[in-house]
Amino acid sequence: MEPLDLDIEEGQLELASEPMMLNMGPAHPAMHGTVRIVLELSGETILKADVQIGYLHRGFEKMCERGNWSQIFPYADRLNYVSPMLNNVGFSLAVEKMLGVTVPERCQYYRVVLGELARICDHLICNGAMAMELGAFTPFLYFARAREVIWDIFEEETGARVTHSFGRVGGMAKPPSADFKEMVRAGVPRVLALIGEGEKLLLKNRIFLDRVEGVGRISSADALSLGWTGVCLRSTGIPYDVRKSHPYLVYDRLDFDVPVGTSGDNYDRFMCRSEEIRQSWRIIEQALDQMPDSGPVDLTDPRIMLPPKEEVYSTIEGTIQHFKIVMEGIKVPAGECYSYTEAGNGELGFYLVSDGSGTPYRVRIRPPCFASVQGLKQLITGQMIADVVPTFGSLNMIGGECDH
Amino acid sequence: MSQKVLDLLQAKLGSGVVETHSQFGDDTAVIEPARWREAALFLRDDPRLAMNMFVDLCAVDYLAMNVEPRFEVVCHLRSLQHAHRVRIKARVGAEDGTEAELDSLVPVWRGADWFERETFDMMGIVFRGHPDLRRILMYPEFVGHPLRKDYPADKIQPLVEFREGTQGKLAPFGPDEGMSFGRQTHDYSRGEN
Repeated sequence: MEPLDLDIEEGQLELASEPMMLNMGPAHPAMHGTVRIVLELSGETILKADVQIGYLHRGFEKMCERGNWSQIFPYADRLNYVSPMLNNVGFSLAVEKMLGVTVPERCQYYRVVLGELARICDHLICNGAMAMELGAFTPFLYFARAREVIWDIFEEETGARVTHSFGRVGGMAKPPSADFKEMVRAGVPRVLALIGEGEKLLLKNRIFLDRVEGVGRISSADALSLGWTGVCLRSTGIPYDVRKSHPYLVYDRLDFDVPVGTSGDNYDRFMCRSEEIRQSWRIIEQALDQMPDSGPVDLTDPRIMLPPKEEVYSTIEGTIQHFKIVMEGIKVPAGECYSYTEAGNGELGFYLVSDGSGTPYRVRIRPPCFASVQGLKQLITGQMIADVVPTFGSLNMIGGECDH
Repeated sequence: MSQKVLDLLQAKLGSGVVETHSQFGDDTAVIEPARWREAALFLRDDPRLAMNMFVDLCAVDYLAMNVEPRFEVVCHLRSLQHAHRVRIKARVGAEDGTEAELDSLVPVWRGADWFERETFDMMGIVFRGHPDLRRILMYPEFVGHPLRKDYPADKIQPLVEFREGTQGKLAPFGPDEGMSFGRQTHDYSRGEN
């Protein structure tokens, strides 16, 4: 037996150095949203990465070609199940653009407030989940508690906590409830307080900061060419927000700032989200002040809207109109249209093609996180394997949306 | 809003622009497929256009409308500096779904990568010069392209074979397999108990 202290040349001590292949996901605790990353590793450094999505593909676009225009709302809910209201509103705006109608002012404010509440939820869960995957479980509980407050408001308004299916072409399913404004005014400050407490646990935590600061960095030119939008693009310093650049609904009447980052790393994405939550509250406050307390919420156009239930049950005209809208669907003029809104992750686009009938010919969704996740490969190549977790978390991949 | 874009495109490409329209406020140019990449490069590099944001790329199957060529590849672009948008389209493909080929836009905008893979996966349009054209949403064993109009919506291609039952096909796993606390939804399992 050779003595242990024998002088061996360094070359003989080297371990076999061919790269190791590692499957991360699709059932990995940090791969929320079911994504699989095939990594080629040299030690702990990632040499090559292949991001594979599609595990949550449900054929959304194919399903949409089978029903009528109004039947898409439940599907739209399930695209981004963290902020379903923004998808609902985005889709109603797209169909309304083709129909050439604008909903009454009260409904526009209502949509803005509900949408911003959903945006707060979206950002909260992204930040919370990202921290949780780094081992900081407690802040996630604070954030989940805060989301609970918002979900209570949604439950009161829509009857559902997560998948509301609340949007309608030409209005909303129901007018705002009597104490909607008080509920929001009382609820959101509680949410902000909880977020403040949760963030206090993170933002002075060396472990958390070390793992997010300077990790997953991307330049603004790269982010642009990859098609990034939303928080991920803004964290690189480009102030592109659909709400500011192409205002829809009543965003042009509301005063808010677009937070941008400087270096486009995980920390910037975290901070942009956290600041956007506060900007959302500013928007909500102003929108609630400006929102009329009475007045119509839905359009009255009989070709689009269902007649009131009393008429359906008491007049033949109402019955026929109801029947035609339910059975044949709303007739959307033939043509094509691309409508885009700012969803939780960025620009959510709907490209609709109609042949003039009550059934959509083609519904294409442009999911914002599809483009972000596309950039993941670049972000993690050359980094350590532990950096995959916060980087992936900060991109906020939502499986339903990314995989259609 | 940005008729200027269409004018510039037409001035540059001439007959390469098949038609233009601005339906619902969206400016659209239909490009000759052979000049697809040339048009894209012009849109990106001309300082008056500067379309540096790649927004979306998808395809529409016009089989049910009896239009020839069958597919329309649709690309949405935006300029960060000028804040204008444009939609460019190219019509490709024979009625049986073949010859659906187009130049890839990945050399122009890197962001086109996954969008073209998705379009290939869903519609079967082949992008020439794409660095890594393989399925993205469906699994590699999948046959066909699900978003084509001639692909039946209720067709299934399970990776795990379905089992033959007395009343048609059964799910791959029965009540006695898998997790014991799962939902017992098959009638025959109740009969046995």
